[in-house]
Amino acid sequence: MSSDEKPGWKKLPMAATIAEPGSSLKYKTGDWRAFRPVVDEAKCVNCLLCWIYCPDSAIARREKTIAVNYDYCKGCGICAHECPKQAIKMEEEQK
Amino acid sequence: MTVMGMTGDEAVAHAAKQSKVDIVAAYPITPQTIIVERFSKYVADGEVQTGYVCVESEHSALSACIGSSLTGARVFTATSSQGLALMHEMLYIASGLRLPIVMGVANRALSAPINIHGDHSDMMGSRDCGWIQIYVENAQEAYDWTIQAFKIAEDYEVQLPVSVNLDGFIITHCVEGVDVAEDDVVAKFVQTRKPLFKLDPQKPVTVGALCFTDYYYEFKRQQVDALSHVNAVLNRIAKEYKDATGRSYGILDAYGMEDAEAAVLCLGSTAGTAREVARKLRAQGKKVGVVKIWLYRPFPVDEIKAVLKNVKAVAVLDRAISFGAQYGALCSDVVSALHTVDNGPRIFNVIFGLGGRDIKPSDIELIFNQALETARSGVVKEETVFLGVRE
Repeated sequence: MSSDEKPGWKKLPMAATIAEPGSSLKYKTGDWRAFRPVVDEAKCVNCLLCWIYCPDSAIARREKTIAVNYDYCKGCGICAHECPKQAIKMEEEQK
Repeated sequence: MTVMGMTGDEAVAHAAKQSKVDIVAAYPITPQTIIVERFSKYVADGEVQTGYVCVESEHSALSACIGSSLTGARVFTATSSQGLALMHEMLYIASGLRLPIVMGVANRALSAPINIHGDHSDMMGSRDCGWIQIYVENAQEAYDWTIQAFKIAEDYEVQLPVSVNLDGFIITHCVEGVDVAEDDVVAKFVQTRKPLFKLDPQKPVTVGALCFTDYYYEFKRQQVDALSHVNAVLNRIAKEYKDATGRSYGILDAYGMEDAEAAVLCLGSTAGTAREVARKLRAQGKKVGVVKIWLYRPFPVDEIKAVLKNVKAVAVLDRAISFGAQYGALCSDVVSALHTVDNGPRIFNVIFGLGGRDIKPSDIELIFNQALETARSGVVKEETVFLGVRE
């Protein structure tokens, strides 16, 4: 979500006070990302090394390949670094 | 109505007592000490139900106040000089969390060299901290503003901490006759605090959440908005206070400004001396006036424009230096307020009274004469005058 899609100061609670517990799920840390992992499904052998290494649990398991949860992937690139088949490429986010 | 002989510090302590404060956390420092001494005596003698937190530093004092205010309590503290400087980081947390806290500040010079006497260096050094900042002229005003400060701080449109500034020794330690309201009059005026939210184990909330590049700015903008409501809220509360006690306050006080050609603008106790001199000069036919600002933050730009509308020259008195800046902080604020006004007054700055050095009526007469000369000639001879310093 880009900055201008987020609520303005008039709509935000006073002093960043969070009145309900458990709201961290609504905080999509994916927008910290500068580079996004893009999976080449033809190369992926579904070894799940990326799933093991991902520090944000942002790799989802699928039947034949993996998928990235871009809501929470911060773009650290560990998955691309660890992938034995070079099936994950880090691409710069759109400016 | 009872007139009691008390110092400014005692007046502040008495006002906090009558305002039914729930928690006081404070650390003694000259010349604020009498405030906390008196208040701890009220606690020891069972005159108040207040919880008194003895802390090891001013940083802890304000931290305890912040925690207490979050629970919905009415909170008071007091400090001065080095103590206020030690509180510096917590000042921003109190205002950033939008916590109503009232603090008496016995204005005193900052080290080095070490000095215990009155000037405005302490609060001016923290003037951007997001607190509402009120400067009083005497013990009566210290009493009246402390009571009003609780209502301003706790107003739903404001929700901000307030500092009530009184000149060290000149106000804090001088015994004056203070017209004290009855306990029930004050209790009815201040009522009890009704917090917008509070820490409650049954209904957990998160305060002080992390906000990065994408949210922090919005919460700072909220603080600007809260401060923009202060003038209207203060005027409404001052009217309620007048109805309750008969004493009238506002954003600033003007003397002789209806026809003044030259004016002195200042904060705090100096205003009393300036008015006395102005009275004498006006009796001689000299058209001079005095503007005393009660509300220094948020700075009352529109009121300053209005009160200085017809005057030709203004001497702005600063009891603190803003090192490296052209003027003291108050003068910079006045110049900023007037920079869009066509044919505004000529302004010059007078730095005075540092480290508690007296400002005498004869000093103020010199300033008025210089301002009258500036009004006649339209020329500022000296932009910043260091009054009374030995060359």
